[in-house]
Amino acid sequence: MEKRVTFKGIWLPLLLVLPQLLITAVFFFYPAGQAVWQSLFIPDPFGLSMQWVGLGNFEYLLSDKYYRASFQTTAVFSILVTVVSMGVALYLAVLADRLIKGSGTYRTLLIWPYAVAPAVAGVLWLFMFNTRVGVVAWYLGVLGYDWNHVLNEGEAMGLVVVASSWGRISYNFLFFLAGLQAIPKSVIEAAAIDGARFWMRFRTIVFPLLSPTTFFLLVVNIVYAFFETFGVIHTITSGGPQQATTILVYKVFADGFVGQDLGSSAAQSVILLLIVSVLTVVQFKFVERRVHY
Amino acid sequence: MATVSLESLKKSYGKTEVIHGVDIDIEDGEFIVIVGPSGCGKSTLLRMVAGLEGVSEGEIRINGQRVNEKEPMDRDIAMVFQNYALYPHMSVSQNMAYGLKIAGTPKLEIEERVGEAARLLQLEPYLKRRPRELSGGQRQRVAMGRAIVRRPSVFLFDEPLSNLDAKLRVQMRLEIKKLQRDLGVTALYVTHDQVEAMTLADRMIVMNDGVADQIGAPLEVYANPQTEFVAGFIGSPPTNFIESGVAGKSPGTKVGIRPEHVAIVPTGQGNTTGRVIYAEPLGAETLVHLTLGDGQLVTVRQDGSVEIPSEGQEVGLSWSEQDEMRFDTDGRRL
Amino acid sequence: MARDSNTGMVERRGTGLWLTHLGLIIGVAFIFFPIWLAFVASTVTQADIVRPPMPLWPGEHLVENYTKALRSGINAPVARMLFNSAVMALGISLGKIVISLLSAFAIVYFRFPGRKTFFWLIFLTLMLPVEVRIVPTYQVAANFGMLNSYSGLIFPLIASATATFLFRQFFMTVPDELAEAARVDGARPMRFFVDILLPMSRTNIAALFVILFIYGWNQYLWPLLITTDPEMNTIVMGIKQMFPSGDDYADWPVIMATSILAMLPPVVVVVGMQKLFIRGLVDSEK
Repeated sequence: MEKRVTFKGIWLPLLLVLPQLLITAVFFFYPAGQAVWQSLFIPDPFGLSMQWVGLGNFEYLLSDKYYRASFQTTAVFSILVTVVSMGVALYLAVLADRLIKGSGTYRTLLIWPYAVAPAVAGVLWLFMFNTRVGVVAWYLGVLGYDWNHVLNEGEAMGLVVVASSWGRISYNFLFFLAGLQAIPKSVIEAAAIDGARFWMRFRTIVFPLLSPTTFFLLVVNIVYAFFETFGVIHTITSGGPQQATTILVYKVFADGFVGQDLGSSAAQSVILLLIVSVLTVVQFKFVERRVHY
Repeated sequence: MATVSLESLKKSYGKTEVIHGVDIDIEDGEFIVIVGPSGCGKSTLLRMVAGLEGVSEGEIRINGQRVNEKEPMDRDIAMVFQNYALYPHMSVSQNMAYGLKIAGTPKLEIEERVGEAARLLQLEPYLKRRPRELSGGQRQRVAMGRAIVRRPSVFLFDEPLSNLDAKLRVQMRLEIKKLQRDLGVTALYVTHDQVEAMTLADRMIVMNDGVADQIGAPLEVYANPQTEFVAGFIGSPPTNFIESGVAGKSPGTKVGIRPEHVAIVPTGQGNTTGRVIYAEPLGAETLVHLTLGDGQLVTVRQDGSVEIPSEGQEVGLSWSEQDEMRFDTDGRRL
Repeated sequence: MARDSNTGMVERRGTGLWLTHLGLIIGVAFIFFPIWLAFVASTVTQADIVRPPMPLWPGEHLVENYTKALRSGINAPVARMLFNSAVMALGISLGKIVISLLSAFAIVYFRFPGRKTFFWLIFLTLMLPVEVRIVPTYQVAANFGMLNSYSGLIFPLIASATATFLFRQFFMTVPDELAEAARVDGARPMRFFVDILLPMSRTNIAALFVILFIYGWNQYLWPLLITTDPEMNTIVMGIKQMFPSGDDYADWPVIMATSILAMLPPVVVVVGMQKLFIRGLVDSEK
């Protein structure tokens, strides 16, 4: 689609795009290019010069058991976050959709955690499960369960998953509710007249009709779990214990800034870049069908 | 006020030529209607005069001055758009005043001119409202008011009535004509509606496929169409075209004859025979639809008081030779 | 909205209705509980907290804890961090809106050399988050001397094109005739932009502002890297800095007061501008 009307001039439009072009070039394309470039070198031990290693950093990474473990951690973490946050959100949206009155009130009550930063969410959950002062940890202790996410890898993963999913429920809830409300009531009523009970209706009518929303949220939530949960992990576990919660983004940070291993960190960035590109393509293929740019 | 001349005006998009050379000299104060089916290039022609489309070849002169390269605002024109194109966030008076404000007209004068236009268009009670709070007819008036306040030499109308319902359209048509007369301004008016064209125009340009098929006063065009297209397009119901062999002439050409010029006579009499398919009695007149021997459809318009033939009946069709319009195979008048 | 009584087979009533409400209330409670605890913790003393279980009802030290946080904090006064966050969030949202409006206007209303290329260049930036290119971006910022500065906090996060696409999409829906009318009225491009296009985009701008403000306010990794001076910390990243490194007890009441303060502005924005927020969210994901 193109506009029929256009204004004349060449310098004015160039001037208009210049700010964005400059900022994008300096803070996006140059760093992205640098990441690719640096991934082909390793710095000498004194950081004085860089040595060309070609794909050496990648080869090393892919054979590095810590990196492979981090891949696995990321997969487990993203799947859990996506399933938990979408599952709870869908459950609440289905309930809210069944109400004729009051779904707006519940929406208001449920959406605002979207505004809570992942890092702050991390602090809140850390506080509840803190091994020394956490209320939930203490009550678990009373029940005979010795909670210690500082030492127990499974508990650490569980905690970061719940904390990451918690703030995300609002977002998913909003989209699910909108999707449910867009399904014509007559379709559902027709199914009811055909004798389908609630669960049957949900499985055979509602859920298939909701699939565009579900698929969209799936992609968006995976992206969220990959990148935006850094704050949760940094505040709660700092990647531990024994790297049990070191997701890929966290490892880029840990190797690049804490470990000062620039070549490896850059190579990791490039791999992440590829993953994001794939997700972007998937999303845009889908989005293209939904809206027309 | 102003004269407008178009001289072998052409427009191409890339390699496709869409306007193939239009010539006309428009006199000061004349109301010109450009009429034609959609896609014939009539809007493009108007937009070229407005300066919204570039000129590929030829020349546009307003008051004798070449304006091809001038911006719309420097052409001393005003335009009324099909969808009114009112600025949604401005009040009626702001909409009308916008052009004057840009031109740096003193505030007092703007108020005066907007007030005057509002009075003329009976918009005074609505000056503070937003476009979305107005009815279709009112929006149309605001669009005209916006054109009036600028006191242009030439008014350009791009299908201004096509978004209104039928009744309002008739009313606004009269208003536009009266306004143009009172202001004595030259007007170019694009429409696909031949009734608008016939009633409004001093002269009309009938466009077909990027060519001005005929330019002339409405009744002259009606009575004396220069091409088969014009004969078919102007007039409702449209002209009947009969293969000349069937009409009792030497074959190879077409005879055009208007429905009101054909009379139903007993079988065996008249120029040819036909079979009645059905009749539409409209009160004052009756339209009788028939098929000829070669399957060609023919419509007869007869007075409401004349007897209506029954369906399936064979009848004779008669017309006088002076009403015949003969066209060659290219559709040109012979 | 009244419904016909014979659609009752779809609408739950009686027990079913109460179960629905119950389910939702449990959901709301789950969402609220962590924040309630944080609020309670910000109103009691450190002693109340280090002897678990802590109380579940607010205490009387609200003013004291918040005053302490705002005035002195732990590394830097929280008031200072709030100010830094506000500058960053406003800078990111306003900056992004301004450059996006300008470039969207250019690519929609002009035909200029390199337009297509520009379009694809910014298209590429659409979804690569700053997290992916942090190390080199950090080096760029360091080379420009942007460490511990507001421009360092703001500019790298403006380099994304979501807003440009949003505005482009909106401009495409503005009727062509409006721009033509403006041209006939004598408006030059920038005049049309300021007088017609901007006022018409008000709602879109506001909706996007809500989303970008929250995005900017909640940034964590980038401020963590670029601000080493506690005086330049933003509140969201500053909270983590308040935890002691050793085995000492954290000052929970002050930390929790800070957490509440950190979430207050974006929550107020979301709840106060709910309609715009939802619109912005849906728009920006399209």
